Amino acid sequence: MAELIQEEKGKKGGKRRPKKLSTRIDMTPMVDLMCLLITFFMLTTAFSKPKVMVITMPEKNPKDKPENQPQISAARTLNILLTADNRVYYYMGMADPKKPPLPTLIKTDFSKDGIRKILLDKNRELFTKIAEYRDKRLTGKLVVADTTADNAVKQFKKEDKKGPIVLIKADDKAKYKDVVNAIDEMSICNIASYAVVDPSPVEVGMLKNAPK
Amino acid sequence: MPKIKQPARSPHIDMTPMVDMFSLLLTFFMLTSTFRPQEAALIDTPASVSEKQAPDNDIMTIYVAKDGKVYFNFDNGRDTSTHFRRGMLEKMAEQYKLTFTPKEIDKFGKLSSFGMPIKDLKAWIAAEDAKAKEKLQTGVPMDSTDNQLAWWIRSARLTNPAAEVAIKGDAETDYTKVKKVMDLLQENNVNKFNLVTNLMKQDIGIKDLPPVQ
Repeated sequence: MAELIQEEKGKKGGKRRPKKLSTRIDMTPMVDLMCLLITFFMLTTAFSKPKVMVITMPEKNPKDKPENQPQISAARTLNILLTADNRVYYYMGMADPKKPPLPTLIKTDFSKDGIRKILLDKNRELFTKIAEYRDKRLTGKLVVADTTADNAVKQFKKEDKKGPIVLIKADDKAKYKDVVNAIDEMSICNIASYAVVDPSPVEVGMLKNAPK
Repeated sequence: MPKIKQPARSPHIDMTPMVDMFSLLLTFFMLTSTFRPQEAALIDTPASVSEKQAPDNDIMTIYVAKDGKVYFNFDNGRDTSTHFRRGMLEKMAEQYKLTFTPKEIDKFGKLSSFGMPIKDLKAWIAAEDAKAKEKLQTGVPMDSTDNQLAWWIRSARLTNPAAEVAIKGDAETDYTKVKKVMDLLQENNVNKFNLVTNLMKQDIGIKDLPPVQ
């Protein structure tokens, strides 16, 4: 403090004015740090959580004999065969070597006019029912909770007796993407019953001879 | 003409609004962020219309990479005190007659997806840097003679019976590889799978119905 008093002496009286200090703080380092932290958080954050598609497979029981397996009506069966180079084929009915002629494979794809058109055509009744129900909800004519709506759709699917039973069969050259696409197509077209199964030897042979 | 005297301006900018905004953003990110888990391999999942979100907890994920290598991940559960990963490792150690030190078990509990024969697991836990870790990720063996994946699944299900199974396969993987995993799961009485996909919305309505033939 002694030094301060000495200084005062030199000034020869006058009003003692405390030195004005700026009230501003230099915020640059703080801003720097914040920029860094924000960048870090933005890059490490997983924003979109991954979505999942649930698929339930029939229980595998080694005691199950082929004759005990559920019999499905051949007229309603639509088989989708997947093979190399993302090729997709379909045929109706069943390929039974005991009952020739074998059905011919029809080539299709996963585009809008491909397999979807066939599925929609076969599943017209159920699809219309569900689509109308959803439209009613969207336009506000029907106000129900999400779970109720899900249950209603489930009930529609359960009651359906005319829609196709789709069997998705992928051979060993098919890619995982094709199978996912096929299952996805089922949910787009509101197919009530479908399953992922192994192709029979007859079908593998049919795929070999199918047009490319 | 007298010169117009320009008032001397301070070169300082008022950064207060900027700082305000930054703190706001920072708080937002800090509170909302869930960290992206480190994954053993880069996997490009196929697209689907499914909007169901993958569960955060109680899930074991089986990764099937493009080259067919299989990786495994299991979470610690919602409750931080359960330490499911530790329990799983202890069961695996018992099965394969290996001993892990408590420190190794603790470290394993904090790691994420892995894929290597169990004999390399010690080295993987010990490895410090990401590159050394990656080198050891050779895929979980799942041949019929040495089916370690099956044991991982069993141990995981024994530790956390409520665990669901997610399969995260690369779009270009051969279906046979994924099928092998699915078959294995079915042998262990898991019949419900969550296939991890990207959301790609496709809206179709009655107008998309083909005309009646």
